[in-house]
Amino acid sequence: MVIVQNIVCPICGCACDDIEATVEGNKIVKVKNSCSISASKFLNFWKERNLSSLIRKNGELAPTSLEEAVEKTAEILVNAEYPLVYGFALSGCEAQAVGVELAEEIGGVIDNQTVTCHGPSALGLHDVGMPGCTLGEVRHRADLIVYWGSNFQEAHPRHLARYSALSEGRFRKGRKDRKVVVIDVRKTPSARVADLFIPIAPGQDYELMSALRMALNNDEIEEESVAGLPVDKIEELAEMLRSCQFGILFYGLGLTMSRGKERNIDQAVSLVCDLNKWTKFVIMPMRGHYNVTGMNEVTAWQTGYPYAVDFSHGYPWYNPGETTSIDILRRGECDAALIVASDPLAHFPKEVGQNLCKIPFAVIDPHMSMTALAADVVMPCAFTGIEAEGSAYRMDTVPLPLKKVIESPPGILSDEELVGMILKRVKSKRRR
Amino acid sequence: MELLIKNGVVYDPKNGIDGEVMDVAIRDKKVVDRVDESKAYVIDASNKLIMPGGVDLHSHIAGPKCNIGRMLRPEDHYKDVEPRTQVKRSGVGYSVPSSFTIGYRYAILGYTTVFEPANPPLKMLHCHHEFRDIPILDKGCFVMFGNNWFVMEYLRDNKLDECAAYVAWTLDATKGYAIKIVDPGCVEAWKWGDVEFLDILWGRPEEIDEPVPRFGVTSREIVRGLCKVNKLLNLPHPIHVHANGLGTPGNYQTTIDTMDCVKDLAEEDRPAIHMTHVQFNGYAGSDWITIRSGAHEIMKYVNANKHVTIDLGQVIFTDTTTMTGDGPFEYKLHLLTKNKWTNADVESEEGAGLVPIHYKKSNFVHATMWTIGLELALLAKDPWRIFMTTDHPNGGPFTHYPRAITWLMSKEARKRTLDKISKRARSRSDLDNMDREYSFYEIAIATRAANARILGLKDKGHLGVGADADVAIYDINPREVDQSRDYKKVRKALSKAAFTIKEGEIVVKDGDIVKSIEGRTYWVKPNLPSDLMNAITSDLTKKFRDYYTVEMENFKIHDRFVTRSTPMPTYYG
Repeated sequence: MVIVQNIVCPICGCACDDIEATVEGNKIVKVKNSCSISASKFLNFWKERNLSSLIRKNGELAPTSLEEAVEKTAEILVNAEYPLVYGFALSGCEAQAVGVELAEEIGGVIDNQTVTCHGPSALGLHDVGMPGCTLGEVRHRADLIVYWGSNFQEAHPRHLARYSALSEGRFRKGRKDRKVVVIDVRKTPSARVADLFIPIAPGQDYELMSALRMALNNDEIEEESVAGLPVDKIEELAEMLRSCQFGILFYGLGLTMSRGKERNIDQAVSLVCDLNKWTKFVIMPMRGHYNVTGMNEVTAWQTGYPYAVDFSHGYPWYNPGETTSIDILRRGECDAALIVASDPLAHFPKEVGQNLCKIPFAVIDPHMSMTALAADVVMPCAFTGIEAEGSAYRMDTVPLPLKKVIESPPGILSDEELVGMILKRVKSKRRR
Repeated sequence: MELLIKNGVVYDPKNGIDGEVMDVAIRDKKVVDRVDESKAYVIDASNKLIMPGGVDLHSHIAGPKCNIGRMLRPEDHYKDVEPRTQVKRSGVGYSVPSSFTIGYRYAILGYTTVFEPANPPLKMLHCHHEFRDIPILDKGCFVMFGNNWFVMEYLRDNKLDECAAYVAWTLDATKGYAIKIVDPGCVEAWKWGDVEFLDILWGRPEEIDEPVPRFGVTSREIVRGLCKVNKLLNLPHPIHVHANGLGTPGNYQTTIDTMDCVKDLAEEDRPAIHMTHVQFNGYAGSDWITIRSGAHEIMKYVNANKHVTIDLGQVIFTDTTTMTGDGPFEYKLHLLTKNKWTNADVESEEGAGLVPIHYKKSNFVHATMWTIGLELALLAKDPWRIFMTTDHPNGGPFTHYPRAITWLMSKEARKRTLDKISKRARSRSDLDNMDREYSFYEIAIATRAANARILGLKDKGHLGVGADADVAIYDINPREVDQSRDYKKVRKALSKAAFTIKEGEIVVKDGDIVKSIEGRTYWVKPNLPSDLMNAITSDLTKKFRDYYTVEMENFKIHDRFVTRSTPMPTYYG
């Protein structure tokens, strides 16, 4: 029996790095410090796993050798005019870097799950910036914590305890020193832990933020209520935001994926910038997958842009709406794909998923995802962060090393190695 | 591989070679006495300028804030792209280039060693990640300590040895190279948005004797303390200081106070403090109307005091991105320019901020900043203690170095620009009356030899036997060109090296990359007496848990993340 400590949890954007696993004969039998999602993953990730490379023959996926799967994938990608390399939010940064190089080599598009979550945050950042901090700053200083459109209790279960309201910091000793405000369209489990829950009319976040900015700047709001909230309440909330010592606005997909999208983020950042005239206020997106932030970082330092990077010109080109994976698939421009550590068929709009199914594509994933079931080639990989090492970026862009806790099953390689093999094969085919 | 560079006009200030026609022989990555000409690859460098590979000691090339810059500014990249070639990865520019592009563009300028000057310890892994993807260059990273809770507490409690042990441990754990101090104490105040302490409302520079709220230690004590720590640990580079009050009229006095506060700690002629991007810290006057150059006052002090070195932070008239660990300054700049703003405070230690800026000739303040940088350089008596930088990308992208160099080398080049800048700025500046023109020899000092010396890199910045075979060859004959009149020729030649040789390999030929190799990562490995390290271990472990949201084990950077790891051992005491 071996106890492995300080494991970075490869599940959500919290990337808690204090997980302790008890390993018996290459199997994790017990975990400590995990939330329920994490514990369930550590203990059950090996179940219902596909351990063989598969290739579609006569309409059915049939077992094949890894060499043939790699060869077939390389062939699909090399023969394509406008291929897509997608995913990597559940990969280590090292695999992500190889993925970017592969997309560059084949003149395709590299994109990641940002397109379905915080893409608007990136666009907001381009427009107005993003005054932020690391999570420890919140732990030490925040006396006002606002969650907007984020159901953290279910999506990031340890966020409250480890980084925000319940954590004990240098200048704030715990829950009693802080106020929590939850703004959401429905009373989520997160709303129940708030000091103040503000139900907001769906799709009217932009309006409420505008009203808050008007209230802060002493402008007269002529309506009686905005986003279902009486003006008195809005002014009260504005006063609450202004009078804290250190405030943070955590926001989730409720803001990025509802009406307004990147304009919501523009407005949220502008609100935070305004608040800095009176107090210290920062903002942070509640990133979902544990290393989606890392994929943005890797893509940005290698290409200049955080996602949706098109190499078809031979250099990085970026224009979300034009070069985003969803859009190139929807328009039917993309003619092949490699999907790594992600399940786009389960998350993309139906029409886009249908278009993906029309083109040849390969999947690298530890599990038989919905996307894998429809793929032409499937390559199983090790579970990064449990069976393969690497590194990842927490939601606040703090980089962390990923551990190899147990050995992967015999013959199962990491996604970094698999994408590397495909890249090598693609290079030799193209040189020929 | 053996390489022979024949008949070049060589400038190698460390070895006193001032434009001699001679050969440079290279074997196994090093400069050697001679090689067998019949077997070696021979480069005919007749009528060409030869210098050691360029060494830049302050350029923001990697790490969290560079990457925020890239993400903040897609508009910066669209017009400046680098396609993929057989040897090159693709990328984009301009002021915040992608990582591969940084390596290629520096190599094309003839630079082979560049140091990233400001990373917070907690995010050092990010810096090493990007180092892996910056080809060709040898690199290292300075670690920020000036607002670090451990440091401030140890210094407040007069625990100098413990502070030294903590700094040594952190440098080792994060694979950093030197102690960087940014706006000491003030970033901590900024983390509370403490505009009063920071004098943001009044637009005054922060003073160095005001105790940091809640910590009770002053900027002076932090700078002095870390200067002593630097000495105790025998680090190769002195403390690298970004003084308080950056970008604020009247701040030249703070700069002088900061330099002066460690004067008594200097040993013989060894520099005890490096003041960085002094142009941004060299403003006289009391507001944006009365602002004028403080270069004369600053250089009077620098010329008289050998314990100080400075770099310029020269402004280039272009669109660029400001990025610094000085979070409060960036907030001020955001208020001033209304440009988009990013802030990135880091728990228990440092912060950062970014704001884009466009320096315009017609803008009185920008033009004044431009004159200050050049005045500093032209007033310097000892070229070994002043380095040419633009504080990339704060003053302007490093790709403009040849332009900045020709301003130093040619009065005519300066006059051409002076004719176009704000008349008010010109009339308040002494630049029109300054006749000095840097020689090629002095340029070789300010862009290589002196940089390597102050970084403590004994094998860099010169071409003596045993030096690293990093060489830049430029297609211009320094003995024939009239540098003053034909400054454009000089600029053109310096913009695209005829050859850049890195560790004996030709990486650039005729201004284009022909080969890409991996550069080294330098970091210091201080050796501490075990009793001293033991003395702080329990305190460190406990405080680490209290201060950070990561485990100590995950804070330490594993060797596998460090590209061509090159530790430099130092010894305590």
